Amino acid sequence: MAKSVVSLSVNGSPADGLVEPRKTLADFLRDELELTGTKLGCEQGVCGACTVLLDGQAVRSCLLFAVQCQGSEVTTVEGLAAEPEFDRMRQAFSDNHALQCGFCTPGMLITTTALLPMLSGADEAEIREGLSGNICRCTGYQGIVEAVTELARDGS
Amino acid sequence: MKPPPFEYIAPSSLEEALAAIAADGEAKVLAGGQSLVPLMNLRLAAPEQLVDLNALDGLDTIGEADGGVSIGAMTRQSAAEQSALVQERVPALAEALARIGHFQVRNRGTVGGSIAHADPVAELPATLLALGGRVTAASAARGERQIGADDLFQGFFTTALEADEILTETWWPALAAGSGWSVQEVVRRTGDFALVSAVTLLRVDGGSVADARIAMGGVAARPTRVTTAEEAITGQAPSEDAARAAGDAARASVNPTGDVHGSAEYRREVAGVLVERSIIEAAGRAQG
Repeated sequence: MAKSVVSLSVNGSPADGLVEPRKTLADFLRDELELTGTKLGCEQGVCGACTVLLDGQAVRSCLLFAVQCQGSEVTTVEGLAAEPEFDRMRQAFSDNHALQCGFCTPGMLITTTALLPMLSGADEAEIREGLSGNICRCTGYQGIVEAVTELARDGS
Repeated sequence: MKPPPFEYIAPSSLEEALAAIAADGEAKVLAGGQSLVPLMNLRLAAPEQLVDLNALDGLDTIGEADGGVSIGAMTRQSAAEQSALVQERVPALAEALARIGHFQVRNRGTVGGSIAHADPVAELPATLLALGGRVTAASAARGERQIGADDLFQGFFTTALEADEILTETWWPALAAGSGWSVQEVVRRTGDFALVSAVTLLRVDGGSVADARIAMGGVAARPTRVTTAEEAITGQAPSEDAARAAGDAARASVNPTGDVHGSAEYRREVAGVLVERSIIEAAGRAQG
């Protein structure tokens, strides 16, 4: 299949590539840009490991083709360091043992970044629902829920 | 897995998109991609050409129309869910939207895409059917036509849309005074596909049910109205006994299939319970 040129902005820097249409955004980030923080688990939109921000909104990068992202702004876990909440997020995840193997963590951090502005005054059930699109197989979720609960409480 | 190769075009006008699918019978329309792309990644779908509608302008509007709300096919589910107009005029739709997948999926998934995909357990097809909505389909050869929900869903992932048609708009009737609604589903985990769902719209007049529309997902190859339950509750005061009788009528008439997530017997039982619950909730709202 003919390849096409795609130009987007990733973590604030221009990123260009020559891609087959079938190259997903996740594979483009990992293989072409070597941004391997974004993980691929199920590749069918269920596990949340590949979650990135597309023009500020959390989306599954395994269900988007790179060619569709022409002109878009993508933020991956590598770009979160520039986010104002990132230091607090990192500390809360560390303090609350919100990760073990770390595979789900990039997706959890992206989801948390998108969720935090909506979580002011949220109870645990709402926080769990917000996090339900990201699967973790290690922690049993308790530490993650506690980290995000702390972030939501201290942020409000 | 990775999707098989395909040709990709992203038309900038609806006319161009309609011409593309008319020219290639194997082309597939790409909307939000939250159902089609998983199928491609699993290699259950292998379209030769994708016609991406994401670059089109004007298919993502939400507005009042015809005593209801019209929602452009490419409107993101999250945008419709957060729309004050939708919440106020078509509350059943707002509730159904909130139950689709997870918020990351709704940020990308579209209202029209979900309906055109016609998954028998998806929220929006059953809701369109229960509310008596309709869609607009466009083709290069024949222009626009309207298709009512009762005629739209024809079988397993199959609608009345022709191969050269694109679903461009959806229309949802506003909740009328004296009417109540309910969206019920049983899911194993938040955001999963429902095992069984029921969407009910009741109009209560003078203490008894004047009209009932009950649509179910997960009990047949397509979203289906359960007319036996509708008939059982119509003309009755919406008491717990009457709701239970309508649930029994649903149990007796639906014919679900079983799979690893739930047996046919279990789904049949759940269908009865959800019809009963949805009637009680909808009647409460109608009289509230």
